[in-house]
Amino acid sequence: MPVKLRDFPRIHFNMPGNAACPGCPESMGLRYVKMALGDKAVLVIPAGCSSVIQGISPKSGINFPILNIVFAAAAAAASGMKAGFEMLGRDDVQVVVWAGDGGTADIGLQAMSGAAERGDNIIYICVDNEAYMNTGIQRSGATPYGAWTTTTWTGKKEHKKNVPFIMIAHDAPYVATASVGYPQDFIEKLRRAASVKGFKYVHLHAPCPVGWRFDPALTPDIAQLAVKTGLWPLFEYYNGSLKISSFSRMYRNKQKRTPLKEYLKLQGRFRHLKEDDIKVLEAYIDRLWAWLDLLEKAPHPSDEMKQFVKEGR
Amino acid sequence: MVVKTITGNKAVAYAAKAARVKVVAAYPITPQTTIVETLADIIEHGELDAKMIRVESEHSALAATLGAATTGSRSFTATSSHGLLLMHEVVWWTAGARIPVVMSVVTRAIGPPWNIHVDHNDIWDQRDAGWIVSIAEDNQEVFDLTLQAFKISEDPRVYLPMIVGLDGFILSHTVAPVDIPDQDKIDEWLPERRQPYVITPESGVVMGNLATDEDYYMMRYSIQAAMVEAKKVIREIDKEFGDFFSRSYGGLVECFHCENADYNIVISGSWSGDAKEAVLRLRDGGYSVGVMRVRYFRPWPDEEIRDLLSKSKGVLFVDRSISFGGKGHLFTESVTNLPALANLPAIRGVIAGLGGVDMGSEEFYDLTKNFIEEVEEKGRFYDPLYWYIPSVYREKYKPRLPGYELAHYRR
Repeated sequence: MPVKLRDFPRIHFNMPGNAACPGCPESMGLRYVKMALGDKAVLVIPAGCSSVIQGISPKSGINFPILNIVFAAAAAAASGMKAGFEMLGRDDVQVVVWAGDGGTADIGLQAMSGAAERGDNIIYICVDNEAYMNTGIQRSGATPYGAWTTTTWTGKKEHKKNVPFIMIAHDAPYVATASVGYPQDFIEKLRRAASVKGFKYVHLHAPCPVGWRFDPALTPDIAQLAVKTGLWPLFEYYNGSLKISSFSRMYRNKQKRTPLKEYLKLQGRFRHLKEDDIKVLEAYIDRLWAWLDLLEKAPHPSDEMKQFVKEGR
Repeated sequence: MVVKTITGNKAVAYAAKAARVKVVAAYPITPQTTIVETLADIIEHGELDAKMIRVESEHSALAATLGAATTGSRSFTATSSHGLLLMHEVVWWTAGARIPVVMSVVTRAIGPPWNIHVDHNDIWDQRDAGWIVSIAEDNQEVFDLTLQAFKISEDPRVYLPMIVGLDGFILSHTVAPVDIPDQDKIDEWLPERRQPYVITPESGVVMGNLATDEDYYMMRYSIQAAMVEAKKVIREIDKEFGDFFSRSYGGLVECFHCENADYNIVISGSWSGDAKEAVLRLRDGGYSVGVMRVRYFRPWPDEEIRDLLSKSKGVLFVDRSISFGGKGHLFTESVTNLPALANLPAIRGVIAGLGGVDMGSEEFYDLTKNFIEEVEEKGRFYDPLYWYIPSVYREKYKPRLPGYELAHYRR
């Protein structure tokens, strides 16, 4: 059932004292998480911007119970929490990891892979602002080709690590991409994830005005442009089948995509890009969609094969 | 009550079972492995109502243990050596969170080169992190200490995680009779889990976000204050355990003929048994000598050590670990008490047995006898770093040892 904006709960999810920067996609994302999962969720947050956004203890600027945890251990701590709740008969609690791209694609990848392989019944959200923003914009495995960061002054030479594909390779029962530019889509996906047993992975694209060098008023626009240019396709992998989400479906057709330059020119981090660099990124988009085509056309798993698609414990 | 002849690792697993832990998260490492194996077996066969999380690393093992414990479930993990070093970051985080959990550390050398044998550098490496750190001498004590660890760490005056050490192979893989009390009696003795807070959707608790420097500072103060309280709690629970189960160990230290001895050995772990055997022989030979076995490295038994130093003519510290560029750990901790003393004893800090090099009662006999004779001959001296190199190795390693003058051993 499609989610309508007017149905969203009207309570404060981000509280006074919240230390997010203007135009922060993470506080937008957290608001949607609360809208989607309500009062049955606890968050596990490893080191990152969201450690700071909470503000200064003993108060918190985020309306969630939170276990803050060391950088590499978010998924493991969440697995433990879930087991703890289950042993206390609290199967209703959603344990949700809220980790950045560094805490997911790099330092937290091992713990996440372990939790996914074990089929631990948690929701893992990677809020991807494509660099280590909290420490001052250093490149991560999820930084795209060409992007300026404070450790890639002339632009990153490698492509973005595709974590959703890695999670599909784990045969996690639910994998999805989302964007802060499409809250309805994100909320709908979170609600679906909450209904699935086992390890759920949602990768949220989150343009960062500070790190990407754009006007803080433009966060949702930049997020939408990433989808419209085809650079950030929204999709779902569910029950062993991949489906392109409605907001992205039309961009399968290359002609309908917004030219990539429209997305790049708004961001200071891509200012130095040459025509050749843009061609590299365009080729990356084509290849990404080719992969998606292949995955989409892959035969739906038979009932027998579905046994291999983990459904958690 | 049932007496089982079991390994130290089985004793650990049975104690965790007796404490009715709800979540176990662990990763295999020699010589801890059989703890995980036994617990998996017990849980899979329905002998213990618990969840086993077979994590992909020790870093995750302790993080999952901590996560489970924050919900209010009693949680347990076990590791050794490199596993302990890998989880070191979470070791600190767990103590800072003030969440009681119990972890067994099967002591083992740190590489390179690879070495799976007993050594105390791994366990003492955790001394600064805010955990209660204890170490057992035999399999019975492994069981008793593990059981007590739940009560000590979950005591509201403490609320700190606790490590129970047992020596790799010497205890972990060696069978000995262990008296396991009836479950009813254990249930009567061990209270329901208590902890300072739980994180649930309704709790509104946020653990670990930024704090002001002043708040951080005072939280550190509170850990130290809890450590001081823990000394009382440890002594109290040791005594109470004795009243209940007829086994008591003496609190933070065990005194073996140390009350009125002129000379004493300060030592820790399973080889204390060899030292005790040597002491009995020496006492038969007319030497006034005893052993003070350190059971708790954190909180450190200042009072007991100060008392021992003030009344001894000579004290021999035997460390199975070294802080490179510094000294042995038991030695270093103990000498911090010296400035408070009017009469100083002769002191020798011995490094021995690293990487599982064997030290039997024969070696302890020679080491101690030589020390006593040297003190009797020369009077008081201060010899902080004495590498004990058994005679069988001496000639072999002499040409390769640039610091050979460190190895004073004469025979």
